[in-house]
Amino acid sequence: MIGREAYLVNKKIFQQTEFYLGIIIVALSFFLTLINPKFLTLENWFDMLRSNTFLGILALGELVVLISGGIDVSFTATATIAQYIMGLIITTYYIDNVLVAFLIPIPIGIALGAINGVLVYYTKVHPVIITISTLNAFFGFLMFFSGGKWIYNFPPSFRSFSRLQVFSLVNARGVQYGFSIFILLWIILAIFTWMILKYFPIGRKIYAVGGNLEAARRAGFNIFRIQLFVYCFMGALAGLASFVNASLNQMIQPNSLVGGELDILAAAILGGASVFGGSGSAGGAFLGVLLIAIIKNGLILMKASAYWHEVIMGAIIVAAAGISAYQQKAKAKREGEILVQ
Amino acid sequence: MSQKIEETPKKFYLVLQNVSKRYGGVVALEGVDFTIFPGEVHGLVGENGSGKSTLVKIITGVVRPEKGAEIEVNGQKVEINNPFDAFRLGIHVVHQDLSLFPNLSVAENILSHRYLEKTQKLINWRDLKAEATRVMDRLGVDIDPETEVNHLSVADQQLVAILRAIASEARLIILDEPTSSLTRREVNRLFAFIHELQARNISFLFISHRLDEVLEISERVTVFRDGKKIGTFQQKELDKKRLSFLMTGKEISSRPSSVRDLSQKEEIMRVENLTKKGHYEKVSFSLYQGEILGLIGPRGSGRTELALTIFGLNPPDEGKIYFEGQSQMIDSNQVAINLGIGYVPENRLIQGLVLDHSVEDNLVITVLCQIIKGMGLVDLQKKKAVAEKAVQEFNIKTESVELPVKTLSGGNQQKVVLAKWILTSPRLLILDTPTHGVDVAAKESIYQSIRELSQRNLSLIFISDEEIEVLNNCDRILVMKNGQIVGEFFPSETSEEELRKIILQ
Repeated sequence: MIGREAYLVNKKIFQQTEFYLGIIIVALSFFLTLINPKFLTLENWFDMLRSNTFLGILALGELVVLISGGIDVSFTATATIAQYIMGLIITTYYIDNVLVAFLIPIPIGIALGAINGVLVYYTKVHPVIITISTLNAFFGFLMFFSGGKWIYNFPPSFRSFSRLQVFSLVNARGVQYGFSIFILLWIILAIFTWMILKYFPIGRKIYAVGGNLEAARRAGFNIFRIQLFVYCFMGALAGLASFVNASLNQMIQPNSLVGGELDILAAAILGGASVFGGSGSAGGAFLGVLLIAIIKNGLILMKASAYWHEVIMGAIIVAAAGISAYQQKAKAKREGEILVQ
Repeated sequence: MSQKIEETPKKFYLVLQNVSKRYGGVVALEGVDFTIFPGEVHGLVGENGSGKSTLVKIITGVVRPEKGAEIEVNGQKVEINNPFDAFRLGIHVVHQDLSLFPNLSVAENILSHRYLEKTQKLINWRDLKAEATRVMDRLGVDIDPETEVNHLSVADQQLVAILRAIASEARLIILDEPTSSLTRREVNRLFAFIHELQARNISFLFISHRLDEVLEISERVTVFRDGKKIGTFQQKELDKKRLSFLMTGKEISSRPSSVRDLSQKEEIMRVENLTKKGHYEKVSFSLYQGEILGLIGPRGSGRTELALTIFGLNPPDEGKIYFEGQSQMIDSNQVAINLGIGYVPENRLIQGLVLDHSVEDNLVITVLCQIIKGMGLVDLQKKKAVAEKAVQEFNIKTESVELPVKTLSGGNQQKVVLAKWILTSPRLLILDTPTHGVDVAAKESIYQSIRELSQRNLSLIFISDEEIEVLNNCDRILVMKNGQIVGEFFPSETSEEELRKIILQ
């Protein structure tokens, strides 16, 4: 209940998040370059981006779920199932065609996402509970049927595709490096997600549902369709990301992805998505992943122990979610709902 | 009494005939006839549970009436089976919570119905902004279409919610408690806007607990009680007293409290030159034992910020607070509670009960720390003893303290609330707009409780929006504006008009 002018101070909060992320990224890059000049080389950056494509694509999916006011932690299991089935098909029938391999995991991801969407809508149970359950159920199924067996020995086209570069350069020591096709895929998906969120009615409805679910219902929006879309979109991106992951590693391990959910959540929240729904942007999610990538890369360049990665990631999540919650509280205060006790 | 107004049905925008609704065996609405003219502002009043919200749900297609009901819109017989049917007929509701999307721009909120269209076109942001500006310009509203709605004041949000209905071609707009969070000035602006739309033949159904506002804006008023329509009246036939009689069936005597002489009483608190930048400035006043001190002023005047300072949640920049003669640094609510200062936020005076829980549980909830034995466990015997003592002392009529509170009558529930606060043995209780959004009868019982509390030598600061209520219930009145106390009155020395004038000036 403070003066009205206070309402106007925090205008354009999304741009602010992205702006500050940009500043942090530049500052951190500067700092890391001082420690190790190798950091600021195209070779390091291309390499860093390529190895974070999996994370980056998933963060876009998580972003959309978070904007709608939901949350999904089952996508690692979804991705594992999608890539495992793909691996089984292309190695068993020895399909030497990348396009087929590329297209298999997507419908699998969508189908598993639809299960989440249906459960979230019809049970009205909090999505974090639903998706923790489906994470375990999906993963349990996979471990049972796969027996935990690894898949490798992919057809040659699958191997050569992973080395495909949009353009290549040669470094001072004469070693070739380049801009991986997967980075391009990530960027295209980021632009696609941005387009959906900004220019498609479904994207605006996702923001609307995340901003005020009851109002969306009263306005006549089909909540089921919106939530179904959101979780299927997450599933589709999990499928795509699983293809990237299998391709980069040239190996499919049923137990390698599950457990890495928090990195993706951290990236999306760091990028300005609120755990309370209604805010976030594709650009922010992209920068969030980039920041996490730089931190990880910096720790490697500084030769820090791998355990520090875990500590730092945990700290980032607490900080990012804490800031988000603080903003929410500050907003409530601006609107005059001063909470007592 | 003009129960039936002789007009040809064609002239009405909306005609309801013989509308009833039962939920299981409970009759929510019984044989109601109801009409609205094009361009009419129609007031709808009744206590909670009188059937007015059921009527709205039927008009908007949320629930279906029982067989035998007839609904006509624009002279055509229609069936309203779901909210979409209502939209198509031009019937829109502006809910009390406004149901806006706080994270979207004003333009998107106004035109959100576009996202419902079957043809899913890409969004043209420039076009969206232009269209929203056109809607606003046409009605003389000046709000930046690109601002996010959560950055607007409640009053502006209200306008956006109405504009949204207009943009999707509403013919009848149902306003549910539209003024409950507005200042008087903002109410005037809203009413001017309603008149503007009225001139364009848009009808309004105005639902409010604030009877003087209903009388001010409506041409006709329909009164509901116990699921039945008591009647539809011309505004001229009514005054506030008659309206509340029609609503409750009881004569409610909201008379001024007898003048009490408190000059002999001890001062319990004195505030000197209290200043908090941006909130309030150089505030000084005293409060006496057993006094009910009214604090009135528009929202944003600093009254809540001042109250929170006394409760330790908004430390001041300068100035002193003396409590029982001692200068105190109240820098947390824990300090305030230890001193015996309580703060009851809006609505909590009546909503402070967990209805499904026992009388006993409700009573001891504020004093749990006093009935704890070793290991931090609750001493059940002591708990029962405390509760039974309170029941006796406050004459609460219940067979056992173990019965759920909801089995008690309203009056006895109110006593439980009172007892609950008294058990903490407070010295000063700050009530922040305790009657906000409450109907007439419930208001009266809150006033009663406040008087009882003061008779127990408790001092109260009663923050209010309504001049008449502080006049009737307080021993002294402070008027606050723009962070300053601009006037101090005894109720006998002033009038509603004078107070209103000072506040609006």
